[in-house]
Amino acid sequence: MEKFTLHTGVAAPMDRANVDTDAIIPKQFLKSIRRTGFGPYLFDAWRYLDEGQPEMDCTNRPRNPDFILNQPRYRDASVLVARKNFGCGSSREHAPWALLEGGFRVVIAPSYGDIFFNNSFKSGLLPIVLAEAEVDRLLHDIQAFPGFRLTIDLERQLVIWPDQSKSLPFEVDAFRKYCLMNGLDDIGLTMRHADKIRDFEQARRLSQPWLFPLELN
Amino acid sequence: MSATIASPTENSVMHQQTLYDKLWNQHVVHVEDDGTTVLYIDRQLLHEVTTPQAFEGLKLSGRKVWRLSANVATVDHSIPTTPPSEGIADPIARLQVETLDKNVREWGIKQYFEWGDPRQGIVHVISPEQGSTLPGMTLVCGDSHTSTHGALGALAFGIGTSEVEHALATQTLLARKMKNMLVQVDGVLPAGITAKDLVLAIIGRIGTAGGTGYAIEYAGSAIRALSMEGRMTLCNMTIEAGARTGMVAVDEQTLNYIKGRPFAPKGEMWDQAVAYWKTLVSDPGAKFDRVVQMNAADIKPQVTWGTSPEMVLSIEDRVPDPDKEKDSTRREGMERALKYMGLQPNTPITDIRVDKVFIGSCTNSRIEDMRAAAAVVRGRKKAANVKVAMVVPGSGLVKAQAEREGLHKIFLEAGFEWREPGCSMCLGMNPDRLEVGERSASTSNRNFEGRQGTGGRTHLVSPAMAAAAGIAGHFVDIRHWK
Repeated sequence: MEKFTLHTGVAAPMDRANVDTDAIIPKQFLKSIRRTGFGPYLFDAWRYLDEGQPEMDCTNRPRNPDFILNQPRYRDASVLVARKNFGCGSSREHAPWALLEGGFRVVIAPSYGDIFFNNSFKSGLLPIVLAEAEVDRLLHDIQAFPGFRLTIDLERQLVIWPDQSKSLPFEVDAFRKYCLMNGLDDIGLTMRHADKIRDFEQARRLSQPWLFPLELN
Repeated sequence: MSATIASPTENSVMHQQTLYDKLWNQHVVHVEDDGTTVLYIDRQLLHEVTTPQAFEGLKLSGRKVWRLSANVATVDHSIPTTPPSEGIADPIARLQVETLDKNVREWGIKQYFEWGDPRQGIVHVISPEQGSTLPGMTLVCGDSHTSTHGALGALAFGIGTSEVEHALATQTLLARKMKNMLVQVDGVLPAGITAKDLVLAIIGRIGTAGGTGYAIEYAGSAIRALSMEGRMTLCNMTIEAGARTGMVAVDEQTLNYIKGRPFAPKGEMWDQAVAYWKTLVSDPGAKFDRVVQMNAADIKPQVTWGTSPEMVLSIEDRVPDPDKEKDSTRREGMERALKYMGLQPNTPITDIRVDKVFIGSCTNSRIEDMRAAAAVVRGRKKAANVKVAMVVPGSGLVKAQAEREGLHKIFLEAGFEWREPGCSMCLGMNPDRLEVGERSASTSNRNFEGRQGTGGRTHLVSPAMAAAAGIAGHFVDIRHWK
């Protein structure tokens, strides 16, 4: 996982609520057994006018001119600002993978689907929660000022406006912050507790042996 | 007294706990300073879509599977619903299924219900069926509808692929405790009203983000009266209310359902398990952060009209008019949904005609669902405007049971298709899907844009309502079906 400390990038607006993970990466792409290759199909059904298929070359596919991320000013966007309940629905981690490969490192929204929120941290995508009024203001500013760039300082937990005119604090769990800032694989961190897990498991094996029936066979 | 089982005595000395509190506390291995918890996982279910990258990750990092016997695998999402002997035409889907076959073999996963095994089926149907879901367990799967298993008094939730790998490698997950929500439903569901209508009504009431950050417990006389299949339908769609996990306390019905299933404890161990399982109820007076109360008698047949499960109405209603919505984000969402769905405001729901009918999915593919649909279809014919009406049992065992009861003949005689088990048109990863502009009456769980096929239009309903739409060619009020 790539480390995340400080990030500055063009912000793109996605002015809708309940953007589900089916919209972020449609199901036909989930047949892949790889962890990469999803970027070109990010928001596929919205981005293109034809129906996307896995492994398709997207260079010459007809683009939907009405889709906001197709506007040249958002081509290099790396911060996505959306409305509430972003990433609801399916547990597919392919959604944060596709966003990362599509160039995004940060999503800002008033709320998220719980599983997407969790998956994002595991993949190195930072989901930030800001109040609805602040998101309103951001969506307005992004559209009013072409090239609007935000800086996200994870260490200080701040979202900073282009000219430093304004900054907003955000919350993040200490453990998730630590993992993200250090690009840590949390399996390695959990394995520090391997002995505790083993002891717990052994006690469980004795107290609730019916949970281990396959071992009795 | 073991450290891992809190006896009722211990509980009463401690503060009053909810069912979720009990299940959570039972599985805490370690807590970090900020509350991040190493939570022990008893059971992991594996399927072909969300595991290949997890096994690859294990291999790349040189790690092992912590406890092989904790894992149960099957194929469901990418397989066609035609007989396995005909194979998988799509080479990408075939590779995904073969990759699971290979991983199961190479890593030595012991329980694998592979394609063609009579016990294969949708992961959330077969695990309870096999007794591999038990009360008091933590159970995870790389699928958001894992909440289904909470119907048996388990703590069950969907995870992403990184967490699948984490659970394989450590038999734990890093998690944070959620808040408690109680959805209390009292009274009696009217005739023809099912768990599906109830859960859609709950989602309509609290919204698709209403449960975000919560674990939901369903309680009340209407929940007690639901069959285990009904409770599974209810818990299944908890994720559509925004909550990762939903659950129902253990009662006699839970125990009767589990008894005698292949992985269920037997003999003396059964008695020992039952004694513990009976403690898996919220203590009287336990505190919930939010309580939602519903009256079962008020629930009418539900039909979704839009592109989010919260866009739901009763069969008596009309398609909503965005002009009457004051909130601009909501209004724009409604306008977008109506455009996508090809619907005009104020159209009676009963005037909406359907092109396809899908009866299946982890929400509604159990034997009770098959029976409910067959009862509506019996002796009738599919409407001429309905191109396909597809019935997809949730597992090989559901299929066999339905066939013993002759249900397949009822469907076939009516012009419905009777398929092999799998996720099928719920998400259209296989060849079963909607074409652009086609409209379905579907017993599945999501009506998102493109969910059942690019450009497809989904209306979520109960099995009886879907079956009736297949016969009438449009939505009808099942309460008046004769």
